[in-house]
Amino acid sequence: MQATEKAPVTSVKADPVLLRVQGAFKHFPISGLGGLSVRAVDGVDLEIRRGETLGLVGESGCGKSTLARLITALLPVTAGKIILDGQDITRLRGRKLRRVRRKMQMIFQDPFASLDPRMTVGGILQEPLDNFGIGSGSDRTRRVQELLRLVGLNPNFNNRYPHEFSGGQRQRIGIARALAVNPSFIVCDEAVSALDVSIQAQIINLLQDLQNEFNLTYLFIAHDLAVVRHLSDRIAVMYLGKVVETADRNDIYDRPQHPYTKALLSSIPVPDPVVERDRAPISLKGEIPSPVNPPSGCRFHPRCPIARAPGVCSEVEPLLEPHGARDQSAACHFAGQA
Amino acid sequence: MAQTLLRLEDLHTQFFTGRGVVKAVDGVSLHIDVGETLGIVGESGCGKTITALSVLRLVPEPGKIVSGKIEFRGQDVTKMDDEEIRDFRGNDVAMIFQDPMTSLNPVTKVGFQIEEAMTAHNRFSSSAAKSRVIELLKRVRVPAAESRVKDYPHQFSGGMRQRAMIAMGLANEPSLLIADEPTTALDVTVQAQIIQLMKQLNRELGTAMMLITHNMALVASLCQRVVVMYAGRVVEEGPVEQIFTSPQHPYTWSLLRSVPRVDEARKDRLVSIRGLPPDLVNPPPGCKFHPRCPFVIDRCRVEPEPPLEQVATNQVARCWVLMSNVKEEDIAAAKTSALSLDAAKILKQDLAVAPVDEVPSNAGN
Repeated sequence: MQATEKAPVTSVKADPVLLRVQGAFKHFPISGLGGLSVRAVDGVDLEIRRGETLGLVGESGCGKSTLARLITALLPVTAGKIILDGQDITRLRGRKLRRVRRKMQMIFQDPFASLDPRMTVGGILQEPLDNFGIGSGSDRTRRVQELLRLVGLNPNFNNRYPHEFSGGQRQRIGIARALAVNPSFIVCDEAVSALDVSIQAQIINLLQDLQNEFNLTYLFIAHDLAVVRHLSDRIAVMYLGKVVETADRNDIYDRPQHPYTKALLSSIPVPDPVVERDRAPISLKGEIPSPVNPPSGCRFHPRCPIARAPGVCSEVEPLLEPHGARDQSAACHFAGQA
Repeated sequence: MAQTLLRLEDLHTQFFTGRGVVKAVDGVSLHIDVGETLGIVGESGCGKTITALSVLRLVPEPGKIVSGKIEFRGQDVTKMDDEEIRDFRGNDVAMIFQDPMTSLNPVTKVGFQIEEAMTAHNRFSSSAAKSRVIELLKRVRVPAAESRVKDYPHQFSGGMRQRAMIAMGLANEPSLLIADEPTTALDVTVQAQIIQLMKQLNRELGTAMMLITHNMALVASLCQRVVVMYAGRVVEEGPVEQIFTSPQHPYTWSLLRSVPRVDEARKDRLVSIRGLPPDLVNPPPGCKFHPRCPFVIDRCRVEPEPPLEQVATNQVARCWVLMSNVKEEDIAAAKTSALSLDAAKILKQDLAVAPVDEVPSNAGN
């Protein structure tokens, strides 16, 4: 929000876009099936602006986590470019890649699986500092303690092991680890989904406070649209390996242009019995098709309530084009008509 | 006056562990009327699942129902012999679980599992059971039910498995269906379908439902009445609309404000409940919520736990303070930041000394 006005210290140019995804593909070949592959990410274009939070939503299997791993260079792309701060990171190797990694960090979903059970919390937080050669030995110890304090944990806990902490506390450790190297960009992959509601609120507030304090840019991936709307400035909706709509978080809710977005939003219950009495969810036919063999034309057409199939929807793949509000794009031949 | 179907009175279920006695359900009283939908909400470990398992007398070892009454249509469940409890489970009450992946037998066909649920209770003859399977799968809207009965669970998607579980639960036409987090493991669009299905079944068959969940939105969508549990105790109870518009217990209030709403544009801070749920071996003295309560007063710490008292028509709460007595400024204060700002300052100073390496950028972009 207000963070966009402040130019980050590290940037040379005033490019408002921190990260560009251009025509990214990730196909996982299936062995023994004669050249078939799972088309997890199948042609994604996306921009993430400095200081903003981009929410990425979609149902399980739509490719959002794979996209996150492409963006953080944890997986190589099959084709396409990932441009961070004007630099294509898809072809970087070795030392150059390490340098870029320091700028972007990731917070994972499962606070139980993403911390090494045999390392102390201090060790876990110091590892990235050692790794990138940040500060001297005593600097690092002090920094670990400040990091723990920052995320609301007792700095004297640095000798404890992950199993001694609750889920919410572990997620704080995961956040502290991501912050250790002072990144400008953090990918949160379902970072609050595994937590109890009251703890979830603590972590959401912490993420917001840290963003304001350190001018961070977030890619926030979640299946909970209410949480995504609460945290994000802009939202991108994915379906079967493609982005089908992007818009400002309020526009996408008030005037969804893509029928999938509309159905997705209508299916979320609201904690208000009065609203709930009149809410009529749009129910979609069938299930998400296989990403091995996606439907022809628009991938959503077999489930779409307004599709003309056979016709343009089953023959021509729609492009992500401006529709509706300013800054809003949808990939649909009949955008806004659902 | 509606007829009471199930009544729990001062139910205590405890787990006898090496660390001590865990009072998972600590004097819970509640009731469900015929055809009613009741929501039980609370965080993990508040005792909501154990309450449900106690009703079916399925509390796992080392747990035990220590005292209290469970009355179903006037019959005491705790005093039933093996034969009676078998008849009670499945015929009168059925339960559907959170994880449809692990609740079905992976090596048996789905149709047969549903059939088995019926033949085991001798309610239907084996030929009648067989023909009912397809009818049940159709009722829970499994597409192409005729061919799907011969599928194994792995051939079903998550949503379809949950439908099959519901079909199994409904097989013997129980008068009460207990659903423990029935949609938590499912995608939102599938979740919406299951909610619709449960609403429809409640309307069409008049099956009473006990919905156990942490999701307040689900309760708003499905339930007529709601019970809020904390640390093994009921802390508030009332009609759904009343509880959502004027919750009186600070825990209920916090729960409702700790989840963002998808239909709300404001970027207001969420209320986060500080700290962690209490250890049920050594619960805090006084009101069990007082260490986490934003509106705590001395009385909450010193005096014994407050009783469950009437706060409005049909609404009871267990609190000395009550939200109607809390001042506006205290409510605002409950939303303030927990971030350690001086730690942030020190970290930023450190950064000034060790700046991030500049990565050369491509000029043309």
